[in-house]
Amino acid sequence: MARFLFLCSLLVAFSSLRAQEGSMLDLLPEDEPTAEYATAGFKTTRIINGHSFELNSHGVMDFKISHRFGRLNTGPYDFFGLDAASIRLGLDYGVTPWLNVGVGRSSFLKTYDGFVKVKFFKQQKGKRNIPITALWVSDMAIVSQKNTNTSIDPYLFSHRLNYTHQLIVGRKFNEAISLQFMPTLVHRNFVITSAEANEVIVLGVGGRVKLTKRIALNIEYYYVLPDQLAPGFKNSLSVGFDIETGGHVFQLHFTNSTGMVENAFMTQTTGDWLKGDVHFGFNVSRVFSVYRPKH
Amino acid sequence: MKKGIIIALLALGLGQVALAQNRYFTRDGHVEFFSETPLENIEATNDKMTSVVDFENGKFEFAVLIKSFEFEKALMEEHFNENYMESNDFPKASFVGEIEDFVGIRNSNFPPGVEMAAHGKLTIHGVTNDVVLPAIVTPDGDEYRLSSIFTVKPSDYDIEIPNTVRDNIAQEIKVTVSAVIVPLKK
Repeated sequence: MARFLFLCSLLVAFSSLRAQEGSMLDLLPEDEPTAEYATAGFKTTRIINGHSFELNSHGVMDFKISHRFGRLNTGPYDFFGLDAASIRLGLDYGVTPWLNVGVGRSSFLKTYDGFVKVKFFKQQKGKRNIPITALWVSDMAIVSQKNTNTSIDPYLFSHRLNYTHQLIVGRKFNEAISLQFMPTLVHRNFVITSAEANEVIVLGVGGRVKLTKRIALNIEYYYVLPDQLAPGFKNSLSVGFDIETGGHVFQLHFTNSTGMVENAFMTQTTGDWLKGDVHFGFNVSRVFSVYRPKH
Repeated sequence: MKKGIIIALLALGLGQVALAQNRYFTRDGHVEFFSETPLENIEATNDKMTSVVDFENGKFEFAVLIKSFEFEKALMEEHFNENYMESNDFPKASFVGEIEDFVGIRNSNFPPGVEMAAHGKLTIHGVTNDVVLPAIVTPDGDEYRLSSIFTVKPSDYDIEIPNTVRDNIAQEIKVTVSAVIVPLKK
């Protein structure tokens, strides 16, 4: 009996001790789980040349100034390529939380481009568990450079058009590492020789490693399946850093591509990394909240 | 004898239930903060604060998820979570404390305008400091309205602000907590 009493008193003592130590907030009934989205897998909407799995938020306009200088191996006379420059000016806009549209103009072949980027899966946990983010990007590029090749006659407007369709499947694995895979189809309305394919299939892979809170290392590679391009065209490889300073993201990188629109860097890259045909370049992204959505 | 013990245990159990009924809580309390500088004003709101007040002894707790703060600009929200609060590592901010002379003020049915002092520990960004927060409780039918306005210095909580944005973020940030608390039924 005494033992029983002792046991009881122990139990009571233990339970009251627990009640004192635990937070009163633990007494509240369980709340419904909320969706917890993975955010900021990349610092901006491009890895280097190509699209990352991030979108501009609803109502945010992103002004992008992108530069690629000449080849490093041109040596000191051309100041390691800095005397030459290829430039793209672009505006991207977040139309809804899942849709971005953008336009741009590149000096490379005097190209105008426009794109639509749709996010249809958003990496999240909690209420629902979706391990990946998935997007679709379609863009059109219009080459406006005057045709100097007299053997192409007539040179029609349709000759100037190029289309790219891309699926982006990516995941932010942790605070530091994000990876994405981009199977891509580039359609070129016009190619010079019959050895070149109008439809080019490209497999892209890209990722980042965050080094500090505000600096990340990015890598991006586009593998063109064999026998689609004329000899002399190379796969695009770029390596660079993102530096974030509040409203701006500065991207500094080395790449063997000069074009900054999908069809240009995927199918018209001529630089060879092994020979030093590497361009220093930068992208500056500046965002403006032009529309404030109601939460 | 055995019967006596059972009755005693039952009474103890009932006592605990009775105690629990004197707790008031909320799940959708409001927290907002405001940073004012000549360059820029930054404000954020959160409507998912949880809080419990024990009316028997004045024990007072509240907690918010950092990721639930909403900003006017999406990029501010991203930077707030990623660069300043590091909300993946420190998902919550919380206060655990006790309101001074709560029972006395409760017994006089919370005279209007009486500001009480809640002594306790405020944890933000993984750093805990001893603080005294003002607290006002106003009866409203079966419910009570609870509010508290105080300031927080980011530097007290190891929140690093780089030189480039030092002029955009206030040294002292005004925090407003308000909620309607209702009886907690077990």
